[in-house]
Amino acid sequence: MKLTIKAFPLKGMRMEYFWCAIFYGIFIPKLYSQEVQADSLKLVQLNEVVLISAGKQLDYQKQQKPLSTLDEFLESSRSINMVKRGAYAWEPTMNNMASERLAITIDGMQIFGACTDKMDPITSYVDVSNLAEAQIGSGQQGAVFGNTIGGGINLKLDKSNFSAKGWNGSLESAFEGNNVMYVLGGDLNYATEKFYVNTDGIYRKAENYYAGGNEEVAFSQYEKYNFSINSGFKLAEDQSISATLIYDEARDVGYPALPMDVSLAQALISSVSFNQDSLFSSFSNWESKVYYNTIKHVMDDTNRPDVPIHMDMPGWSETAGFYSQANLMKEKHHFFLKLDGFYNKSYAEMTMYPTNSDEPLMFMLTWPDVRTKDVGFYAEDYISFKKSSLKLSTRLAYHSSSVADEFGLNSLKIFYPEMDESNTRFLKSLSVLYHKMLNDFHINGSISYGERAPSVSEGYGFYLFNSFDNHDYIGYPDLNTESSVETSFSVTYKKPIFEITASANYFHVSNYIIGEVDNTLSTMTIGTEGVKIYTNLDYARLFNTTLSGKYAISNAFKWTGQISYHRGVDHRNENLPLISPLSYRSALNFYKNQYSASLSLSGAGAQTNYNPAYGETKTAAYATISSSFGKRFFLKENDLFVKAGIENIFDTNYSTYTDWNNIPRMGRNIYLTVSYSIN
Amino acid sequence: MKTIKYLSLLFIAVFTLASCSKDDYDDTIVETDPMEAYNLLKEFVYTDHTVELYSEKTLITTGYNSFFVRIKDISTNTFVENVNLSWMPMMHMETMMHSAPKSVLTATETPSIYNGFIVFQMPGNTTEYWDITFNYTFKGAQISKTEQIEVQSPADVLSKVSSFMGSDDTRYILAYVAPTTPEVAINDFTAVLYKMEDMMTFTNVENYKVTVDPRMPGMGNHSSPNNEDLTYNAKNGMYEGKLSLTMTGYWKVNLKLLNAANEVLKGEDVTEDNLESSLYFELEF
Repeated sequence: MKLTIKAFPLKGMRMEYFWCAIFYGIFIPKLYSQEVQADSLKLVQLNEVVLISAGKQLDYQKQQKPLSTLDEFLESSRSINMVKRGAYAWEPTMNNMASERLAITIDGMQIFGACTDKMDPITSYVDVSNLAEAQIGSGQQGAVFGNTIGGGINLKLDKSNFSAKGWNGSLESAFEGNNVMYVLGGDLNYATEKFYVNTDGIYRKAENYYAGGNEEVAFSQYEKYNFSINSGFKLAEDQSISATLIYDEARDVGYPALPMDVSLAQALISSVSFNQDSLFSSFSNWESKVYYNTIKHVMDDTNRPDVPIHMDMPGWSETAGFYSQANLMKEKHHFFLKLDGFYNKSYAEMTMYPTNSDEPLMFMLTWPDVRTKDVGFYAEDYISFKKSSLKLSTRLAYHSSSVADEFGLNSLKIFYPEMDESNTRFLKSLSVLYHKMLNDFHINGSISYGERAPSVSEGYGFYLFNSFDNHDYIGYPDLNTESSVETSFSVTYKKPIFEITASANYFHVSNYIIGEVDNTLSTMTIGTEGVKIYTNLDYARLFNTTLSGKYAISNAFKWTGQISYHRGVDHRNENLPLISPLSYRSALNFYKNQYSASLSLSGAGAQTNYNPAYGETKTAAYATISSSFGKRFFLKENDLFVKAGIENIFDTNYSTYTDWNNIPRMGRNIYLTVSYSIN
Repeated sequence: MKTIKYLSLLFIAVFTLASCSKDDYDDTIVETDPMEAYNLLKEFVYTDHTVELYSEKTLITTGYNSFFVRIKDISTNTFVENVNLSWMPMMHMETMMHSAPKSVLTATETPSIYNGFIVFQMPGNTTEYWDITFNYTFKGAQISKTEQIEVQSPADVLSKVSSFMGSDDTRYILAYVAPTTPEVAINDFTAVLYKMEDMMTFTNVENYKVTVDPRMPGMGNHSSPNNEDLTYNAKNGMYEGKLSLTMTGYWKVNLKLLNAANEVLKGEDVTEDNLESSLYFELEF
């Protein structure tokens, strides 16, 4: 576990140091003096860690809303925004870049959604019951998880350690008033010094939610359950193996912003890993893992009234992969080396049922069985000096994609008669990050270069309907590799009771991949405006800046605040889509004698920089206020924790720039969570 | 030594077997009926010979039909070469007769087998029928035989042939030839175009052009890119182009016939107001 502590040095300390679900990169003041080194490490290494479950430690009182969805946890992060197509399966964005520009892994495993319309970001296939934390690296600081432009997110699974804890378990239940959501979860764990097994399960069922002003949002219901088991066995004092199995299934998921719903989204995620404390005497924390996951996703429009044509759209995604990583300490240098690889099969089809039932079914492959192979090598060297540190990191990867299905290949050749069935690239990433401490100031600066291959849809999608801009999208197999030069800079002024951080980053993305209208092409989906072909823009530029602060008013009261501004334009200085307007959030938290309470405000200015060509309309300014109260009870040796809260207290009817087709967000919502832990 | 002996034996055995099977293979070639893959539609039996009529299809339908014809000498049970075969299709209507566009019959790689096509403009019915007159030489005699055939509308009732009056007051017949099994791909698209000189004479039209615009009426008249107009190929006398089909289903291939001076003789552009051309083929797959 040394590696984790190195790369994410707060992992073992979160109980004491985190005072909120969100860790803003800085310790609470009273502990500050003890942890200078770890703190500076943290600042250099990672942007952010979002604590998720910690369920086994019953750490809930520190979370504003325990048992909320993983999506809500991620949204609470400083650097992540979630694109919403409904109440379920939100799509994370970082630095205003979405899935295809991010590397998102689950416990280091590459997983790819099976939906051509991005209705199943991989974050929808795990739940808070499985997870310990989300490790977030902005830009090339996320390259440890894979090739990326915007950043990387790793959802770390929650696992017991080898310790003689014996049995323990907990039961959790939650209810939310707005959408009548019930959540029932539990876990049961057993651990000895040689063996452990963790099991957990969670079930959620929600009805339609109501936006502010009691406006029902039709087709926003969902139901899902998730079950996971993981187990470890010590082979020797310094060796262990562990295995993980997660099964996740969602049914009857409504997507109010889209013309279709989902009848089934199913994932099986499995892995076996081997850990050894040292390797060849000089390496430490050697961890190797092989994994396999398979996803099935079935879109469904049978519940929708007035569909012009009924269609079935199932998709499958299968990924097998491995990684092996180790640390190496050499005087001031702390190396981390990782070799990883994966093989993915993405296949999706569409069958349309003609109104005239005498005509044959209309069938096409929307993802033509694309096989992606990727082998990468990541290395970083963290060099610590007296009052400063330097991190150098690189990722070199061989990436190839090919079309395995002849039907699909012939389909794409309609557009690209000369296309090759496979495409090979060599992807590079390089980053230099410097951290300097000057009295009470922490200064961080970085310059990085990164590349990414086009996604399956961008390269090989066939008439993928995007309801946001109302266009059909066609992939372009000969897209150039997208690359980014990125700089970031931040200054933190830190005093024992308060701190303030100003940070900014800038991405110059060459060969920026986006859909452009091709007027010569005829639409496929009935009612669409046109057809877009994925293409490389010369370049695009994205700029993000944030000012955040925190203040410990007293031991019990803490205040946090954040305001951020973003801008994204293409080479013609036209606005890029889905770029955040000015946004802010602020929270006052109270925690004393097992009582907790919070009052929070979040809002955004009007979206003045929007682009109608991408289906955007101007999103109005909004602000919402939420509040929560919690109490922890000790019942003999066990814990009972109760938390209640009210979100969007004034029942504001609003939507944000990330809301697909501007569907309104949830109105006033009252929730109650009860957790009981048996130690 | 023993090993070597066994190895040599094995070697000889394998070699011999291989030689045997090679001979067998040659025999089968000779015995294989080159018409095996085709359907025998009709066998006309006469005193000393038969005329066999084969097709890729199991029926004779309106539109383009490719036929294979061969003549068998009953006495020797062999197929005869150099028979100087020609044919003449004829429609017997209640009040009149007319023929149909056809190719000449030419000998194939197997010289006893003749290949050619006929474009039937209409199906037969209870009172009106098609026949074909075959003219050939057999054992030095010039023979002419007329046999009735049954021409049906295709089972899918899709339009694969169009007989129409052009704006130049000439009657044309345009018939779909290929793809016989359309695919979601850019298909090689072939058609034949004939001009009706009189009831009995149809001549192959050269160097005109047929524009191609495939549409799916069931999908809001969805179309496809990279189609190519049908242009004349002097080598086979057919019109060849490309037909892109982006999905399975029902397609209406809208066409427009242009003469060598690029004047439209038949058909209209498909627009938002005009959903189809008056000249078209239909496809289902």
